[in-house]
Parts: sequence; structure tokens; C-alpha cells
Amino acid sequence: MIHVAKRKEMPLAQSLGIRVGVIALALVVCGVITAFVTGLNPIDVYGTMFQGSFGSPRKVWILLQEVALLLCVSLALTPAFRMKFWNLGGEGQVLAGGLASAACMILLGDSLPGAVLILVMLVASLAAGALWAAIPAFFKAVFNTNETLFTLMMNYVATQLVAYFVIVWENPKGSGTIGVINQSSEAGWLPVIGGNKYLLIVILVALLTAGMYVYLNYSKQGYELSVVGESPSTARYVGIKVDKVIVRTLIISGAVCGFAGMLLVGGSAHTLSTSIAAGRGFTAVMVAWLAKFNPAIMVGSSFLLEFMGYGAGEIATTYGLNASFGDILTGIILFFIIGTEFFITYRVVFQKKEEAASNV
Amino acid sequence: MFDLIAFIPRAVAQGIPLLFGSTGEIITEKSGNLNLGIPGVMYVGGICGVIGSFLYERSLADTSQINPALGILIPLLCCILGSLLMGLIYCFLTVTLRANQNVTGLAMTTFGVGFGNFFGGSLMKLTGADIPSISLTATSGLFRTTLPFAGSTGWFGQIFLSYGFLAYVAIIIALGASFVLNRTRVGLQLRAVGEDPATADAAGISITRYKYVATCVGCVIAGLGGLYFVMDYANGVWSNDAFGDRGWLAIALVIFTVWRPSTSIPASILFGGLYILHLFIPTGTDLAVKELYKMLPYVVTIVVLVLTSMRNKRENQPPESLGLPYFREDR
Repeated sequence: MIHVAKRKEMPLAQSLGIRVGVIALALVVCGVITAFVTGLNPIDVYGTMFQGSFGSPRKVWILLQEVALLLCVSLALTPAFRMKFWNLGGEGQVLAGGLASAACMILLGDSLPGAVLILVMLVASLAAGALWAAIPAFFKAVFNTNETLFTLMMNYVATQLVAYFVIVWENPKGSGTIGVINQSSEAGWLPVIGGNKYLLIVILVALLTAGMYVYLNYSKQGYELSVVGESPSTARYVGIKVDKVIVRTLIISGAVCGFAGMLLVGGSAHTLSTSIAAGRGFTAVMVAWLAKFNPAIMVGSSFLLEFMGYGAGEIATTYGLNASFGDILTGIILFFIIGTEFFITYRVVFQKKEEAASNV
Repeated sequence: MFDLIAFIPRAVAQGIPLLFGSTGEIITEKSGNLNLGIPGVMYVGGICGVIGSFLYERSLADTSQINPALGILIPLLCCILGSLLMGLIYCFLTVTLRANQNVTGLAMTTFGVGFGNFFGGSLMKLTGADIPSISLTATSGLFRTTLPFAGSTGWFGQIFLSYGFLAYVAIIIALGASFVLNRTRVGLQLRAVGEDPATADAAGISITRYKYVATCVGCVIAGLGGLYFVMDYANGVWSNDAFGDRGWLAIALVIFTVWRPSTSIPASILFGGLYILHLFIPTGTDLAVKELYKMLPYVVTIVVLVLTSMRNKRENQPPESLGLPYFREDR
């Protein structure tokens, strides 16, 4: 007789220990699978993965920048998730922000001085991201429209909107792409600080992480959205305006996504395309969930996923395999981690038949 | 001039993968599982069929000697097996281990799309074949076989008879699913599980069994959509990411049809039509507007989603417990 019961809260150290152990186990499984596919010995596999992420200072910086960008989107989704509002629209909100930034760079690039232009870009992309999230939030608050499906659909509306403008602004004509925006004037490009073009994004996202941590854990609004997430009826009972909290939280969530879009367009890519969000809106859902919606732990989980992606990418190029290999490994690791949550929340009790009978 | 006779068959061909996907997802969602892994499952279904038929075609000296029965059964069984495994992974994680459905689904999509693209891109290298791309013309020929007299019946044949057998299978499955869901005891119990698992449990219905079976059957049906796409629509040529966002469109269809498989038949064809409408509308040199036309299916879905929630009619709502894990002792 197998019986499942809920655990009392597990000490943080123990639950973290279990998670780290499972990640290690998942890495071993991934190594074995890779060895099986490529015919290498597993040790070499890990060596190659490590090489792909930390092989040179430039690779390390690129990895850090990618971690920062993924972390930024994950932080954006977190307030919504804490409120149990499934914002799967990160992809679309990032695109909306990126589109707004690119529009400012293209249309105002020649007429505004650099610092003002960047300020305008910031405002525009925050507003665009916020709008993209506020629409589903409004309908959720007023009509209780299913937000998971609504935000999901908004992604593709944004994608097509970007596709439209890519053709409108394409450069050179007929190429189907925008190319690098303002290549000669560099108008609207985020400044390079300390002679390192990756540093600014990393610093900005680090500040954002701290800010989000404080907002969620020590502010009144952060408390309110947690209450709404735990129980909307309780929230109503204690006088929290649930509709207002939903819309406000999603405006923040979308605005931070828009900010990520601006970092992508103005800071790293300097161009706009439909694939600029690169699935981060979806990966971020998993990053945030893995970290139990805790911004500090999210640094680790986004690092893990990016490391896997780059490591597997290196394996793929070295052995002439398809780059999607990384997605398979990431998927396997996620399955392991998702499965583990059960053993942290519940415990399984094996009872002998007689015992079970006497317990009744 | 808008060429309707040419438009409809192409809209249907576009709609069939969506019909498979949405029927599968409707059955899944009726059990209370919101499977966002459907796009991944459809990729896996497609690539598993490709792998099966690729290995079979390579074992033949001459592909024109292909055995029709084996040529269809091998990819079909591989596809079913692949998507069934995906369904089992999803069920094990969300039903047995009660994991979050959204996260599990997204992980399945990451995994499935990666799985499809990886084997699609590396199958030649892994098997040591020296051919430039995967092109399964012989198998595809079998899947695309139409009735012998279809070509001689003019516009009627073009609109109704010009498809491979999987297209008709999709319609039969959708009608069958509709019947089972609405007219049988099994369907009633399945809906009860999706609406209120606690009550269903009290009535002696095995929640776990219904969720497992519904989700796995749903995944297999969705996987067939991937197979249809590669073997019939794409002429047996696998190219990475060719399937695109059709999986999400299938999930959109579930909402659009307010969880009714029979409505999904015309709706899928409508969505298929919207998907390719931009090819038929004369926009001259303005390519940009075509991109806006591609937005239509999603905008229409959003409108339907909002309208059904505004009107708040009970029979048009998502299953009550959609997306929530069930734990008997949580009550």
C-alpha cells in the first residue's frame, strides 16, 4: 500500500540540497545520452560543454550578457506569477518593447540628441511592454478571461506586428531584414562603459534583480500581490482592490519585459527581427518557476539554463550535429527538476497491509 | 480574381494538422489538463514518423518497390509511439507527481521542438547516409494517394476528394471525439473529471486513469497532425522549423471552438484559410500588409476568448479545473 502525504515545510538548505543533487543527476544522464549519440566518453562531453561557456574571456562575457537578458525577462514575469497570473506573454511583451525602441531609433535617430533619445526609447519601450501585458490583465480583472491563453495569443500578434514593421523599415530594400540600425551615427545605442560592451547590461540587470527582490519582499504592493495570489477572497476581505492589483502588477511585469526588449535592441543586437526575443519569454517561465519565484535564486537558474544552451551548442558545432541538441538536454534537465518538486512537497509512505488496516 | 476552387483545397491542407492538434488538445483539456506541450508533441509525432520511414526506405534497394502496407504502417506506428511517450511523460509529471502543468508543458515543447529539429538535422549524419536532405518521396506518395476517380470529377473532386487518407481520418476522429464526449458515459465521466475532480472522485471515477488516458490519446491524435504535415502537406520533405507555430494555433483553436471537436472541423479549415489568405489577396508589391493578414487567426481567437468570458454562458467556459493538479487530501 502506497500512501502520499503532504510534508511540513522542508528546511531551505535541505530542499536546495535535493535540487542541486537532482541537477547533478540530470547532468550525468545528459552526459550519458550525449556520449551515446556522439560516441564520445562522457568526461570529454563535459569538457566540451565547459569550453563552450567559459572557453575565452569573450565567451564568458557573452554568457554573462545572455544570463542577464534571460534573468531580466524572468524577473519581469515573477510579480505576475506570485499573483498566480500565468503571464506566458513575455515573448510578445519583449517584442513590443523592442519594437518601440527600434521605432524611436529609426524615426528620431537623426533629430534628437543621444541622451534624450535613449530616455525616449526607455519610456516608449516600457510603455509598449506595459500595454501588451495590461490588455490581458484588464480582461482578467473585469471578465475573468483566461490569462494563460490570452497572453499566449498576444505573443503572435506582437510577432506579426514586428514582421510588418521589419518589412516597412527593411534596409536595404528587398533584404527582408532591418540590418544594423544607425550603424554610422550609433544613435540610440546604449553607451559602452568601462570599454566593455557587455558590462552595462549586466550591471543594469543586477540592479533590477535587487530592486525586484526588495519590491516583492519588502513593499506594500509586493505584499498585496502575494495575498491576491494566495487567495483573492482573503484579499477582498482585507480591503485589497483585486482588479487594481492585477492590472498594476501586470503593468509592472510588462514594463520590465519591455525594458528587456530595449536592452536587446538598443544594447546588444542593434537591430529588430521577429526572433529577437528568441524564446526567452517561455524559457523565463521555467527559470522563474525553478527558482520558486525568488529573484536571488533566479540568478542561479537562468545561469544553469544558459550554460546548458551554450555547452550543448559547443558540442553540436564540434561534432557537426544540429544546434537543437541543446534544447533536448535542457528539456531533460527540466523534466528531472519538475519531477523533483513532488518529493520536496510530498512524502511517500510505504505501508504494509496489516499496518494500513490497523490505521483505518 | 479570388480563386475559390484553388483556395479551398489549400485551406483544408493547412487546416488538417490544426484539426488533429485541436481535437487532441480538446480531449486533453476536458480531463482538466492544459497541455502546452502540444507544439512539441506534434514535432515529435512528425519526426518519429520520418525516422521510421527513413530507416525503412533505406533498407530497400529500390524505393519504387515499397510495400504499401508497411510503408504506411511503419511511420504511423512510430508516430503513435513517439507521441504516446510524450503523453506519458506529461502525465507522469503532472498527474502522478502533480507538477505545474504550464511549466511541464513548456518544457515538453522545448524538448519536442528540439528533438524534431535535432533528428531532422542530424539523421543523415547519425546513420552515415550521404544524401543532402531527408526526402521520403516513396512514403509520401503512399500518404498522398487519393481515390482513383478523384481527378476526373472536376471542381467537386478538387474540393472534396483531393486529399490523402489522413485528412479523412482527422475528420472522423473529430466527429468520433465529439460523439464520445457528448453522448457516452465515458465522455460524461471525462467531463466530470475536468470540471470537478473532487466530486468525480467521490462518485467513484478514477481521476488518475481518466487523466492519463485522455491526455495520452490526445497526444497521439496531435502527433498524427505532425505526421500529416510532413508526409502529405510537405511531400515527405522534412525541413527544420517548417512546422512553425501551428502547434500554438491548434491551442488557439481549442478556445475558438469553445471546446467542441465537431466545431473544430470547419474552424480548422477557416484557420488554415486565414493562415494562407495572404497568398491569395492581391496586395501588389506591398509585402508588409501580408504580415498583418497572418495576425488574423490570433486576433480572432482573442476576440472569441474575450466574448465567451464576457457572455459568461456556462456551457462555453473552459473546464472548471483546467490547469490545476488534483490531490485528494487537499480538499
